[in-house]
Amino acid sequence: MTDAPRSVPVSARRRSRVARSATSGPGPLAFGVVALWLSLIVLLPLAAVVAKSLDGGPGAFWDAVSSRQAVSALRFTIAVSLVVTLINAVSGTVIAWVLVRDEFPGKRLVNALIDLPFALPTIVASITLLALYGHDSPVGVDLAFTRAAVGMALLFVTLPFVIRAVQPVLLELDREMEEAAAALGARPATTFRRIILPNLVPAILSGCALAFARAVGEFGSVVLISGNIPFHTQVASVFVFKQIESDAPAAAAAVSVVLLLLSLAVLIGIRAIGRGWRHAT
Amino acid sequence: MRRERLNRYGLRTFALGYLAALLFVPIGIVLYRTFEPGLEYVWQSVTTPAAIHAFYLTLLVALIAVPLNTIFGVLAALVIARGNFRGKALLDALIDLPFAVSPVVVGLSLILLYGRTGWFGDALANAGIRVIFSLPGIVLATIFVTLPFVVREVVPVLREVGDEQEQAAATLGAGRWQTFRRITLPAIRWGVAYGVVLSMARAIGEFGAVSVVSGRISGETETLTLLVEKRFQNFNLAGAYTASALLAVIALVTLLGMTLLSPRTEQA
Repeated sequence: MTDAPRSVPVSARRRSRVARSATSGPGPLAFGVVALWLSLIVLLPLAAVVAKSLDGGPGAFWDAVSSRQAVSALRFTIAVSLVVTLINAVSGTVIAWVLVRDEFPGKRLVNALIDLPFALPTIVASITLLALYGHDSPVGVDLAFTRAAVGMALLFVTLPFVIRAVQPVLLELDREMEEAAAALGARPATTFRRIILPNLVPAILSGCALAFARAVGEFGSVVLISGNIPFHTQVASVFVFKQIESDAPAAAAAVSVVLLLLSLAVLIGIRAIGRGWRHAT
Repeated sequence: MRRERLNRYGLRTFALGYLAALLFVPIGIVLYRTFEPGLEYVWQSVTTPAAIHAFYLTLLVALIAVPLNTIFGVLAALVIARGNFRGKALLDALIDLPFAVSPVVVGLSLILLYGRTGWFGDALANAGIRVIFSLPGIVLATIFVTLPFVVREVVPVLREVGDEQEQAAATLGAGRWQTFRRITLPAIRWGVAYGVVLSMARAIGEFGAVSVVSGRISGETETLTLLVEKRFQNFNLAGAYTASALLAVIALVTLLGMTLLSPRTEQA
């Protein structure tokens, strides 16, 4: 979650090459305890989901995933997550820029409040957005139970990812190149596109990956505001929830596995792209 | 020059307008609506027996889950940053897994393990232990979703401080535990504290995973976030707002703690 800024390499990272003496550092016992805890808490439960999804063989898995309602929910989830991620890429970069390069009264407060969507429970996010954009909206904008409302809820919960990934990179960026470009007559837009943006791309990508992974699985902020209308505003996580409630765990598990693979693929893929980009530049 | 200034104001207006529409104004309205009926009403609404029990349960769950994950988190961070094991890279990658899992899937996974028809269903029933629709299930779900926070905060700190001092302590004859307590722990304590604050916030605010496994029995397995949802769906809007405001205040306090503990806000 907030590990976004740290996916950027710490330039001052020091690795001691001093040979380790026998009594320093964690022993094999520590490794065993950690591996056991992780297995019991995370890996075993997830294994149960994968096993359940394949309970009736690959045919049953395919039937569950390709049912009309499941396909519709998955398709909408992916589409809305992509749109939300793209908006985040732009708005997050702009906000990070303003927070680093601009000066205005109250900047520190605004900077601190950026993390609010991480601290605020998702169900409260839902209530909050409905208060302004729901049926009794004071500004007359009623988005409740629409696809736009789902997008808005996802924008709310994914807001900090790109900002917090780009901010530290902007802070560390060497301004000499920009000044040189400006001195050579480059317009601000050109300087941004040719000098600054290439340095930000890995951070923007990793922020986007985290935002997308979060959006694909998001539940709490979406469940009230979407109205859960099948074939329209129902997202995959709410679909899974409904399947659990109607005692269809195999179908729930099958769609869960698709969700899981989707966010894993994005997280792993983007890591690889970020690494490749860094090597290239 | 003038053009540059125009750009600057344009970007500032966009950034602040975006944040206002999405974040500041909605939260302001919820707080306003909460306190509109008067403080007395707010107090009554958060002190009903169901609300008090929800608050107590939420706190209890967080106080079980967060310390366990803190111990695990520090150990895991030590293994990742200092250890010399095969499978370390895999461990490093797997620890982030809970970030990639939908909360609903977390709930489902626990039902498939500990539920009536789950892998351990029969064994638990014979032993007379209830996990799903009961406290252990809620705790397990909370541990799952808060697992990576402490690890992710402590690993970079451990790498930053290096291990020269630990080596020196070991050379001078300190044992593992002594080195950890006297050298390592003081160096990483702010990272640990930051991770604990993040875990606490997530534990108190978790909704999706808990809503699947809790069974939502009022006065028994209903946490604060579940209470918010129930009140909202029962058209008790004012009640939903007060419970939300209570959670929002907890979030704001968390944020304050994060701001005080976070090293990166010093630069911004």
